Amino acid sequence: MCGIIGVLDKRRGSVDGAKIKEALSMMNERGSGEGAGYVAYGIYPEYKDYFALHVFFDNIRENKTALDTLLEKWGTIVHDEQIKTYEQPNIRKVHTPWRYFFRPDRSLMPKSTTPDEDIVTHLVMKINAEKNGALIFSSGKNLGVFKAAGWPEDVADFYRIQDYQGYLWLAHNRYPTNTPGWWGGAHPFNLLNWSVVHNGEITSYGTNRRYIESYGYKCTMFTDTEVVAYLVDLLIRKHGLSEKMAVRALAPPFWKDIDRMPVKEQELNRAIRLAYGSALMNGPFAICVANENTLVGFTDRIKLRPLVTGELGDRLYISSEEAAIRRMEPDVDNISMPKAGEPVIGRVIA
Amino acid sequence: MTIGSIPLRFKVEIDPDQCMLCGRCVENCSYGVFRKEGDSIRVNSRNCVACHRCSAFCPRDAISIYEKPTDYRSHPVWTREIREAVFNQAKTGKIILAGMGNALPYPIIFDRLVLDACQVTNPSIDPLREPMELRTYLGKKPSSLSLKESADGTVELITKLSPNLQIETPIMVGHMSYGAISLNAQTAIAKAVSRTGTFMGTGEGGLHESLYPYQSNMIVQVASGRFGVDINYLERGAAIEIKIGQGAKPGIGGHLPGEKVCADVSCTRMIPEGSDAISPAPHHDIYSIEDLKQLVRSLKEATEWKKPVFVKIAAVHNTAAIAAGIARSSADAVVIDGFRGGTGAAPRVFRDHVGIPVEAAVASVDAKLRQQGIRNQVSIIASGGIRESADVAKIICLGADAVYIGTSALVAMGCRVCGTCYRGQCAWGIATQKPELTKRLDPEVESVHVENLIHGWTLELAELMGAAGINSIESLRGNRDRLRGYMLDEGLLNVLDVKTVGA
Repeated sequence: MCGIIGVLDKRRGSVDGAKIKEALSMMNERGSGEGAGYVAYGIYPEYKDYFALHVFFDNIRENKTALDTLLEKWGTIVHDEQIKTYEQPNIRKVHTPWRYFFRPDRSLMPKSTTPDEDIVTHLVMKINAEKNGALIFSSGKNLGVFKAAGWPEDVADFYRIQDYQGYLWLAHNRYPTNTPGWWGGAHPFNLLNWSVVHNGEITSYGTNRRYIESYGYKCTMFTDTEVVAYLVDLLIRKHGLSEKMAVRALAPPFWKDIDRMPVKEQELNRAIRLAYGSALMNGPFAICVANENTLVGFTDRIKLRPLVTGELGDRLYISSEEAAIRRMEPDVDNISMPKAGEPVIGRVIA
Repeated sequence: MTIGSIPLRFKVEIDPDQCMLCGRCVENCSYGVFRKEGDSIRVNSRNCVACHRCSAFCPRDAISIYEKPTDYRSHPVWTREIREAVFNQAKTGKIILAGMGNALPYPIIFDRLVLDACQVTNPSIDPLREPMELRTYLGKKPSSLSLKESADGTVELITKLSPNLQIETPIMVGHMSYGAISLNAQTAIAKAVSRTGTFMGTGEGGLHESLYPYQSNMIVQVASGRFGVDINYLERGAAIEIKIGQGAKPGIGGHLPGEKVCADVSCTRMIPEGSDAISPAPHHDIYSIEDLKQLVRSLKEATEWKKPVFVKIAAVHNTAAIAAGIARSSADAVVIDGFRGGTGAAPRVFRDHVGIPVEAAVASVDAKLRQQGIRNQVSIIASGGIRESADVAKIICLGADAVYIGTSALVAMGCRVCGTCYRGQCAWGIATQKPELTKRLDPEVESVHVENLIHGWTLELAELMGAAGINSIESLRGNRDRLRGYMLDEGLLNVLDVKTVGA
């Protein structure tokens, strides 16, 4: 199960967190009260040039100094503060959420063409693998993930999600199965500017994990969704594929369909399957992936999980349920259900 | 001192109430167990190898074969096999020859690995209703693609792909040469693989003219004896395989006795009739990894870089590092032959004591290649001890791209795993060149059996994948999360990178 939402305002108009909360709560039938989360893009305009690191500390006294020291080794902490939270009767506050605005020292990664991103990726992988009471669960610019173990409305109230105004949102209502309902396991998952929410179970996780780990990523959060964020980062940021071609690699056409394509297209699709066979994601899933300019929704190759899209004006809505979209925008146009494996892509215009 | 006769290995009995003296056992036994004397059939059990040819053709089920009718005084250390080997060598002073694969009761890792299936949280996929993809490509894969995407949505592929073999099922038939097995047996396999969209290996025996119609499903082998190798041979194969070693006898070469080199074998191997065909232990032009690279590239150059080149090695302790070297040699696939791999003839001491199981070898090779970021440079073909479709699924989970089967294909054609292949008397017409025996094997009939076997395994593999919620074989490959170890020790679980059952 699980319910997902993605909303993009193509002209970066702001969408209120309160609406997202209401829509997500519409899908409580799809959750179990053990995990919910939101990511909002465009919420830190005053710090937009710095990486916003959101961290769960097990406890401040023992774990924070070590992280501060490490961050200062690799760059400058421009500002840091506790993320404001508000006690909720149904949420047990097992972590202290913190935010840092961080500027990496790019001279420390001289051989890289994307030194800032590589430093941040390295730090995220290192901190999360070490498990020393600190978990970086959000690391992009001008965006932030807010998540915890609980029902969507409780998690929203815990962070007062209505206080955040973003032009792009992902949200997730979790029914955990394979991994415990812990805070780190709640969606969205994020790396740099990539965020992912996912409904389903990736049966190819073992293959995908071995593939992505041979490129230096480390899967540390005991859940299959994490791997999607890393695959997208690898295919789009490092290998330079477009969103469309990246989705083609992750949920490619069947051979029986490829065999019927014109020769050129056959060659292209065969090459994608040969090169990215280990990135192919199997099993039932509906996924929304976003970065600062794009929102992409897609499903597995035989669409074993629902995905509905709608539009109104500059806004693109993607969700597991039409009801959730209608809650956000009662007058929505163009409700449609994308075909298996076919991406729905929305881009920022301005 | 006299050793005397050693106890019978098998005792053959004919039920006189059932026997109708048809004499089929006398005709069929190529080892001289039966003879007709007046109104009865006499039996010399000492000659029996338990190949079951007689009982399989007895119309009245009158023949029974018992193993080890006489007990030795039992002893946990001095087993029957050990004692008989000593007797044998005390008499002959020679190396003991044996056939088939490893015969010691080592634990079988495959049988201590169990597969996964979906329940509730994700749906299993029914292969009868949904597409299930087993198509596999063997060869180099690009690590990333260079694409040119235009504004109008057209995408152009810039990256040039290396030649790959396309197989419709990840099950191929391994290299068993003409010489080791009969031409009829090879022909049956050739027909079967061409009908199932897969491939077979020629072995180091050349490619007989009558098999040219099946050449597009043939992987031609270049081994240390270079028998049968010329440009015509290389060009006919769909791929070329350099054989460095073999799981049944790592570190040593091969020997086809002159008696088996009949006129036809002589022509195919390009050696004089009646001469022993000796494959040296090393290739005499390969004394290091860079020499291998030269041979790989020479073969590619000779065939205009149109064919993938595989390199086959026996699974030994350092296989992972060796495979990493091979991956850098321009080779397109590495074949890992485990210590259970069969053979027509091997010294018993090698067959039983040298090498490691294919499960551990493939797991460590896959891990090493990924660690070094060169897994895409070579495909991994596993062979040696693949007995059923579950073994195929498990070895693919451990990291293999495809498998070679050998013994099971022979069993499909009648072989009873009697292990007497090295004597050239095979009553089933498989491991022999005697015309009166080879004619027993009808290539058309047996090709259907081999085809059925490949087809049956493929169906089972599709069902296993579907149950695991996987509809494409790529997602099974290296998916060790879908395996669990049952009663495997911690060291081995670490090597296999598999969790224990219940975890």
